[in-house]
Amino acid sequence: MSRIASKFAELHSAGRKGFIPFVSAGDPDLETSLEIVLALAELGADIIELGVPFSDPMADGPTIQASSMRALDNGVRLEDVIEMSRQIRVRSEVPIVLFSYLNPLYQYGLERLASDAADAGIDGVLVTDAVDEEAAEIGSILRDSGLDLISLIAPTTSDERLAKIAANASGFLYAVSRAGVTGARLETSSAAEELVRRARKFTDLPVAVGFGISTREQIEEVWEYADAAVVGSAIVAEIERSIPVGNVPERVRAFVASLLPAVANAGTEN
Amino acid sequence: MSKYEPDERGYWGEFGGRFVPETLVAPLDELTENYLAVRGDAEFHREFLYYLRDFAGRPTPLYFAERLTEKLGGARIFLKREDLTHTGAHKINNAIGQILLARRMGKTRIIAETGAGQHGVATATVCARFGLECVIYMGTEDIRRQELNVFRMRMLGAEVRGVDSGSRTLKDAINESLRDWVTNVSNTYYLLGSALGPHPYPLMVRDFQSVIGREAREQFLEREGSLPDVLVACVGGGSNAIGLFHAFLEDDIRMIGVEAGGSGNELGMHAARFATGGSVGILQGTKSYVLQDAAGQVAATHSISAGLDYASIGPEHAYLRSIGRVEYASASDEDAFAAFKELSATEGIIPALETAHGIAHAIKIAPELPSSSSMIVNLSGRGDKDLMSVAEYENRRSE
Ligand SMILES: Cc1ncc(COP(=O)(O)O)c(C=O)c1O
Repeated sequence: MSRIASKFAELHSAGRKGFIPFVSAGDPDLETSLEIVLALAELGADIIELGVPFSDPMADGPTIQASSMRALDNGVRLEDVIEMSRQIRVRSEVPIVLFSYLNPLYQYGLERLASDAADAGIDGVLVTDAVDEEAAEIGSILRDSGLDLISLIAPTTSDERLAKIAANASGFLYAVSRAGVTGARLETSSAAEELVRRARKFTDLPVAVGFGISTREQIEEVWEYADAAVVGSAIVAEIERSIPVGNVPERVRAFVASLLPAVANAGTEN
Repeated sequence: MSKYEPDERGYWGEFGGRFVPETLVAPLDELTENYLAVRGDAEFHREFLYYLRDFAGRPTPLYFAERLTEKLGGARIFLKREDLTHTGAHKINNAIGQILLARRMGKTRIIAETGAGQHGVATATVCARFGLECVIYMGTEDIRRQELNVFRMRMLGAEVRGVDSGSRTLKDAINESLRDWVTNVSNTYYLLGSALGPHPYPLMVRDFQSVIGREAREQFLEREGSLPDVLVACVGGGSNAIGLFHAFLEDDIRMIGVEAGGSGNELGMHAARFATGGSVGILQGTKSYVLQDAAGQVAATHSISAGLDYASIGPEHAYLRSIGRVEYASASDEDAFAAFKELSATEGIIPALETAHGIAHAIKIAPELPSSSSMIVNLSGRGDKDLMSVAEYENRRSE
């Protein structure tokens, strides 16, 4: 069983829901970023989403745009993100999903990516701007190396598309909570619950909900109906706030612990 | 089916397609379905032609540039006068087509990106005409260098939102428009201004602009009893060029697209995706040529003209180049500046700086061609908006 599948099986049998933090790899620099991820894993993150920085992140709001730019200003490339994943894997069994736009992957070469990523201990890849046949092609290349292509579903996705996406999906489905870009919001729209309910008609795969989740209340709300909550911009914003002060990994750890006391308690099991 | 038509997924050969976040698939499906429905609808075409004629002032003249021709002493040069349309550039053709579609789709809020401001002005104009809310995204660098058009858009009732990310130019304005669209999909229509972006935009924009070439072909045939030998147009995203070329694709005619050569050949100093170092990539919803580094990060671009200052190019152009149907060349900032002055002084026509790149190439090749031959240059827009930029360039140059 893949690391992602066994993670969800483990959560299921423990009667728990998942917490999936997102950070841009290499923000503010590769070394600090690695420490942040290890701190998150130690705190009980169930899966780590690692953003591959891109110059034109059209699906991201200002917070993740800025973090992507900080990483790019440091010259972070896909090679570095894969190497960073390898170092995470040495120290932790937390499943790793790359979150990327297509162009950096395409320039790297999809076959090469699949084999290098699998070799580094990466478990899945989510490609923000690939859908339909193009996504299916990428999915089959990744699967040949034992990786999952994590698919996005959105409130605008029709039932017909949900059925098609679910049929080609593996790992888990990532439900976008609302039409929009990434960015912290204070409430989750009811569209998310409705979307997860619709998706369940077509799949037994776990469903994670993300985009806009930034408070403990929102995480608890998502846990009522979905299998996991993804928190991105709220954590990235804390990284940004911490940079001028220093000691970024510790501050991020404290922030995430306050966001998720339940996970902090469960974290020692990992 | 003609080899110049894309397949049903919007691919010309390997170029084009639809590379977007899942949230945008449904609105793009809705757009495609509605566009394909009106594409063959006589009533829609009647309405489109009505506004092209009575609102935009079509047909535009095909003008023989007699003094320029004499001065250069080679091919006879004809100018397709898109600068004489209402709002002063070819952009109005596409804006009219898309606004009529948006109305049929019941959309109440229109958004658009703009580089030179000509597409923003055209969009603001049709929104004013039909009483629709209008938001225009524009890079702050372009706001600075195309100030007159910002003022025009505001006068027309549009809200102009400055975009401060990236190089603060056209690419960044498109990113921000896509972000707005993905957030407001239910009531918003994204009126994209060039033959770019995800399917069906490159097809739709080309269709709406192809009136340029249809008219030019007919006008030239009527006047000369034959077809021209060469067509020349500047290429930003590629809408005025494909608009001129499309009706001539099946004819045995040489066609040249002219990119912005900027101030040098190094990455970051130009916007010549074909001529200088672009490679196949995926940007803003489509697969085409992209100026990028080896890691797939999109490069900064530079051009004296805001409308050509873009890191990618419409996918149909990438295809036409790959099959050898269209040639692509580039003109530098300096060439465009010289052509801007030349056409103004010789013909009494002040062209847009974008257009001046096409003129520059025509000036370069006309003397090498026999005087029995003829060429049509697409005069895509007028240059009032650029007078400050040109003055600035002139000052910097004389320092
Ligand atoms: C007058 C004029 N010509 C050309 C262009 C370039 O766009 P395209 O290549 O789509 O024609 C612009 C864009 O702003 C323009 O204003």
